[in-house]
Amino acid sequence: MAEAPTALLTTADGRPLKAALATAQARARRRAFLLVLPLLAFVLLTFLIPIVYMLKRSFEHDGFASSAPALVAWFKSNPDFDPMNPPEEAYAALVQDLARMQVEKTTGIAGTRINYSVPGSISLFKKGAREAASLTPPFKESLPALDKEWARPALWRGMASASHVYTAEFYKVALDLKLTDKGWERGQDNERIYLYLFAKTFLISAIITLLCLLLAFPVAHLLATLPMAKSSLLMILVLLPFWTSLLVRTTSWIALLQEQGVVNNMLVALGLLDDSGRLAMMYNMTGTIVAMTHVLLPFMILPLYSVMRVIPPSYARAARSLGATSWTTFRRVYLPQTLPGIAAGSLLVFILAVGYYITPALVGGADGQLISNLIAFHMSKSNWSLAAAIAGMLLASILLLYWLYDRLIGIDRLKFG
Amino acid sequence: MKKTLILTTALVSFGFAANADVTVMSWGGAYGAAQTEAHVKPWSAKTGNPAIMVDSDNPAPAIKAMVEAGNVTVDVASVEYADAIRLCDEGILEPIDAASLPPAPDGTPATEDFLPGAITECGVSTDIWSNVFAYDASKFTGDNVPKTAADFFDLEKFPGKRGLKKGAKAVLEFALLGDGVPAAEVYDVLNTPEGVDRAFAKLDTIKDQVVWWEAGAQPPQLLADGEVVMTTAYNGRIFNAAMTEGKPFVIVWDGQIYENEMYVVPKGAPNKDLAMDFIRYATSTEGLRAQAQQISYGPARKSSFAEPIVFKDGKTVMAPHLPTAPENLGNALETSSDFWVDHDAELNERFQSWLAQ
Repeated sequence: MAEAPTALLTTADGRPLKAALATAQARARRRAFLLVLPLLAFVLLTFLIPIVYMLKRSFEHDGFASSAPALVAWFKSNPDFDPMNPPEEAYAALVQDLARMQVEKTTGIAGTRINYSVPGSISLFKKGAREAASLTPPFKESLPALDKEWARPALWRGMASASHVYTAEFYKVALDLKLTDKGWERGQDNERIYLYLFAKTFLISAIITLLCLLLAFPVAHLLATLPMAKSSLLMILVLLPFWTSLLVRTTSWIALLQEQGVVNNMLVALGLLDDSGRLAMMYNMTGTIVAMTHVLLPFMILPLYSVMRVIPPSYARAARSLGATSWTTFRRVYLPQTLPGIAAGSLLVFILAVGYYITPALVGGADGQLISNLIAFHMSKSNWSLAAAIAGMLLASILLLYWLYDRLIGIDRLKFG
Repeated sequence: MKKTLILTTALVSFGFAANADVTVMSWGGAYGAAQTEAHVKPWSAKTGNPAIMVDSDNPAPAIKAMVEAGNVTVDVASVEYADAIRLCDEGILEPIDAASLPPAPDGTPATEDFLPGAITECGVSTDIWSNVFAYDASKFTGDNVPKTAADFFDLEKFPGKRGLKKGAKAVLEFALLGDGVPAAEVYDVLNTPEGVDRAFAKLDTIKDQVVWWEAGAQPPQLLADGEVVMTTAYNGRIFNAAMTEGKPFVIVWDGQIYENEMYVVPKGAPNKDLAMDFIRYATSTEGLRAQAQQISYGPARKSSFAEPIVFKDGKTVMAPHLPTAPENLGNALETSSDFWVDHDAELNERFQSWLAQ
């Protein structure tokens, strides 16, 4: 067999089958890709790009860098200057920039940027810019004579940091650090808030997840085991609130739980409560936990239900017939089989709870606020970079959780129904 | 959540983008209604340009977001004094030519007719309003009624829940006034770290009895629902609830904190020229009078007081109900815009962390 047929199989028109197949498959793949293209574009446009843009914003602020070119150039060539005692050239560059800000009307932008780390800078810059043109050298004396704040080391540290367009400053603030004359230091107890709120948000979310699990487990079991006619009726009861507007559900809880609300009125009418001893169940942590547990409950019930529905009842029957008590049957046979549902529901509820905004904003009062309310607060105060930095940290911690979950349980075991 | 925020922001801006009407953004509730009746409707009728009013809990951050996103859909906004100055410095607002504002009927130029400070580079005062506190007269009777700012913090004499604005501005000043600091010294005290601590310490004494409000329409509602026995509020909201809905609300003027409210035009407003015309109309002697007939905020033009201003019910004389009435200025404080331009971010952050603890 010296002449093995090297020419392989061909199609009817003489093309090698392999090539013809590859062309046909490539065409099919292209068509498939075209089909998912709208979805891909949608995800890219509405999800990935905004997130990337947000993360970029948390590192980027050119408010000072773009309006003080002389000082920026000086900082660049003297990266190791002594903020306790900046030289005359630095002051000269600053005065030159202040005069330029006055002309270009950028005092507010530059001052606001510095104000993020050194409070009080906005009016300092305004005053400085107004007088800059009339100052005489040596500026090292004339500028601080205008306001001694100009010689403050913290201000010089702040300006040096703000001279870079890209900065980790907002993350430092989000980690409760404050810029002092000696550099970034931990803030005082009464000024620290972000880490505390992060911890609190995760704690409350864990409590809500646990409550949801405890409430949802029996309901899901009932749904899965009842005859079809009854279980669909029950299912509607679960889904109806799920389809109702979030706002409506939250305000209903306000009507129910507030001090002059339905629950308190009923307790007083029944004589269980004194009129002056009405319970405070709204505008505090209790309100947040109750309302959010209710709002998020369907996200626990549905994955649990979808898992429980396909667990064959014969397993439990087998366990019982082999002599297991009902508790042992539940613990060793039934519960392990529901784990994918528990895991999926808990992950879903926890992640949703961590980023929840509207419910705590409406019913949380003072101590029921979560980290997302602080993000909204900074957005409303126009400190978008800090809002983005806190949001970035929240995103990072969620991704970390997701990674942990994948390592410990495995993401492929997740079942959302 | 972040995604939703950005998305909804985008959607909201798209929603308005197609609108060619002159859009005025204000604070909603009784105040928004007053500006609609006094300014938006008559200006629209007079000039034939369609104009609409949109509501916001605070228009200042909203227009700043619009200008920064390059998608401005509001032509005129009603903002607090310190915001009018800060946003102007940040280049968010169009400058307004003070010389173009209409003179008083007797020919006095606008710059002399307005009270000092009522015209800034980018804003013109639409009224002078005040943070006051009010109580429900059915809860306190006889001689045992709150009369001073100190009474607001006195839980023993006047037990019951308090409503307070959820924010540092006007709340910290009020706490110091309630702690006995004379009005003239409030900002000197508040400018020191000890002063800020003192204000928060005073707030600590009532913290567990406070219901926090955010929108101006909430305090009259909280009082009416019996959720609180007294609350800080914008004076006009209480006045209007008392007048038009017959609520037994009483305003305590001791410790009031007043300031100018400013009409401004965001940079890049779609109908900038019409917006300027609207402001000229609204801040004329008659325009300011018309607003004061709708709600008890005082005009910042001397000529608006030439004849007595009467409320829209046709009988109530407004003068004694305005923050600027001499008898109401006994222990009154004018908000320092300089202070808040600088310390707004810092003190609100401290306030938030105090709240969460």
